Amino acid sequence: MQNDTLLTIRNLRIEGFSDGSWTEIIHGVDLDLRRGEVLGLIGESGAGKSTIGLAAMGFCRDGCRISDGEINFAGMDMRAISAQDKRGLFGKKIAYVAQSAAASFNPAHKLINQYLEGPMIHNTSSVKEAKKEANEIFEKLQLPNPDTIGFRYPHQVSGGQLQRAMTAMAMSCNPDLIIFDEPTTALDVTTQIEVLSAIRDIVKAYNAAAIYITHDLAVVAQMADRIKVLLRGDEIEEASTIEMLSSPKEDYTKTLWSVRSIKAQAKTPISQEQVPAIKLAGVSAQYGQVQVLDNVSMEIYAGRTLAVVGESGSGKSTAARVMTGLLPARQGQVLFNGNEVPISLAGRDKSDLKRVQMIYQMADTALNPRQKISEIIGRPAQFYLGLNKVQTRERVRDLLSQIELEPDEYFDRYPSELSGGQKQRIGIARALAAEPEVIICDEVTSALDQLVAEGILRLLARLQEQNNLGYMFITHDIATVRAIADEVVVMQAGKVVEQGPKEAIFAPPHEPYTKLLLESVPEMDPEWLTQLLEARAAATSI
Amino acid sequence: MKKLFETAPPTAIFGMIIVAIYLILMLFAPLIAPYSETSIVGQQFEPWGGAFLLGTDNLGRDFLSRLIYAARNTVGLALLTTVVAFALGGFSGLLAAARGGWVDQLLSRIVDVMMSIPSLIFSLLLLTIAGTNALTLILVIGVLDSTRVFRLARAVALNVVVTDFFEASRLRGEGLMWQIRREILPNVMAPLIAEFGLRFCFVFLTISALSFLGLGIQVPSADWGSMVRDNATLISFGDITPLIPAGAIALLTVAVNFIVDWFLRLSSGLKITKG
Repeated sequence: MQNDTLLTIRNLRIEGFSDGSWTEIIHGVDLDLRRGEVLGLIGESGAGKSTIGLAAMGFCRDGCRISDGEINFAGMDMRAISAQDKRGLFGKKIAYVAQSAAASFNPAHKLINQYLEGPMIHNTSSVKEAKKEANEIFEKLQLPNPDTIGFRYPHQVSGGQLQRAMTAMAMSCNPDLIIFDEPTTALDVTTQIEVLSAIRDIVKAYNAAAIYITHDLAVVAQMADRIKVLLRGDEIEEASTIEMLSSPKEDYTKTLWSVRSIKAQAKTPISQEQVPAIKLAGVSAQYGQVQVLDNVSMEIYAGRTLAVVGESGSGKSTAARVMTGLLPARQGQVLFNGNEVPISLAGRDKSDLKRVQMIYQMADTALNPRQKISEIIGRPAQFYLGLNKVQTRERVRDLLSQIELEPDEYFDRYPSELSGGQKQRIGIARALAAEPEVIICDEVTSALDQLVAEGILRLLARLQEQNNLGYMFITHDIATVRAIADEVVVMQAGKVVEQGPKEAIFAPPHEPYTKLLLESVPEMDPEWLTQLLEARAAATSI
Repeated sequence: MKKLFETAPPTAIFGMIIVAIYLILMLFAPLIAPYSETSIVGQQFEPWGGAFLLGTDNLGRDFLSRLIYAARNTVGLALLTTVVAFALGGFSGLLAAARGGWVDQLLSRIVDVMMSIPSLIFSLLLLTIAGTNALTLILVIGVLDSTRVFRLARAVALNVVVTDFFEASRLRGEGLMWQIRREILPNVMAPLIAEFGLRFCFVFLTISALSFLGLGIQVPSADWGSMVRDNATLISFGDITPLIPAGAIALLTVAVNFIVDWFLRLSSGLKITKG
């Protein structure tokens, strides 16, 4: 049993440098990993998952330092060995797969050349052999055209393929330990499945140990043998996957498990004579010569939520851009309350603009970092409603309390002084300040942790009720759609595949694409991926 | 404000002291200088010491007095020129980025054409046509240097124009001026301030170079560039006097850049704390 242990971490403490002093960010975490075992690290952002993952390599990001503890990898003390010895291990014995493959590959080199770096540096095989091995691994990872895909540049393959190519790179020297840092977070659900199954099979085939870092419970349930839950640099609990899923002990873990519990109250169905607040009628749009929307129609009603789902590139956000007039439609009409409005932003007047407001996915870039909260929220109120200074102040304070932020505390802050969830709330307040009829929410929760996202969704639901707002909710997260939508539009490749009330969309029979999308959402059952893949294999073999 | 100065690094304090000294010299030149700027008070090339602390120049004017008066001319002109360059280049750069389309194309191509002619030759040409007085000097160098500012302002503003918060302001229907003033400008201040320091030094050198060539500040007004030229012969006799005006230019350049560095650190680091 003792020899079987590959990685031991004892009482790991890591400090980060901020505001001129060192603060502890990891407070004494223990970790054991046996050969061939997959350990899932799970927690919200800031829990220290990635930091621990990197520390297992004896590595720390800039501005961090390991202050205490032992890291023992295959009998070596990772804190004591020289940088040169570490370089000998990296890539060969320990490999790392980063979250964003697109950002981690060098765009100027072909995949195969980047793959070869590891085997060449560590002299594990000749170029010829390594290329042959690359083909085998590409094939194992179910990459299309394994013998030629290596000669492409990173931008010539899709995101999911790139993530698998990175996994292939990690496997190139047959390492003992692979650290996966959120490898599927940036991918669509349908692509995620391919990558998950590829990673799972190859880890098993090479009998490597892995640390799998993610914030998605359902994903980790498919991948890991054991799960460790982290919160703000502390271990909350650790147990085998089945045990953890069926009977979590700690309260915090239970809250993680129960997050997706919001239920929208059933609303009265739309009456025949109700006029949609916004309607797209047979809209087509193009970026240059590329057709991105093809005869798309949808309707948003006051007080109701229209969820638009689909993979990235399906035209969800483009539909929103057409609505706002940022991208003028080539064909079709945009109607506000039954009246046609000019298709381009420049043609619309203030009262048209006021009706539709947007909330963005990345609250970081959606708020001007050089404006105070009071100006960010106050400006639309001033601009649309013509309030004077005193009235604007009052309005901002009122809005801040509506989004559950203490007005006195936040009035004079800058966005950088807020957390991710708070920034998103400010984004909501800015949209509300215009007193709009419809708010377009473009993936507003996808950059947030589950608990924070839940708070945002609850807030949006409350505001909808109070102000009779119509929402267009763009998302790729089916769970969110189930929670809050009234009507659903499913989009693929610029076309509407299916649309209708939520109940109808989620109940069989499904359109093939809707079915694929719904099936691909990971469930909390550790057998889910296996069963799904078996079912799909059976379906194709018939 | 007081606290701000207390936290200034030593280099910035050094820079501020130097700039303050220059300012005092500029403002109180007639009180400080022992002789007047233009009167001939001694023999040609008198040595240091005695009645003339730094000797006299090629016409017998007091070197120290001319050095002090030159600060007024050279620094004053350079500052005004830089302000003109920034007002023109900065505004049109931000405008080009914010408006895009044909406005951007037109302005950018005009700038391209202007930049394709070597600036010293271009300014010599323009000054020959327009004649050399302080106003044309400011305008010619200001306009030519504004092309560099335009490029920078446009480039940094383009990074802001693609952000969601800028899109939000477009969606709101904000006017162009408000967008430039409230959305773009605060976010591009840091590189523009840095450029201001650098540009100031370049303008300064251009004026000195033009004066050295005889097309800058005209006689009998003193300026550091022409002082180097007029007294250059002394170098061959091992006398360092002609280098003093050059040193004055160098010292001010360093001082201004120290202050700019500090500004830059403040404006880029003040509100950004690592989350």
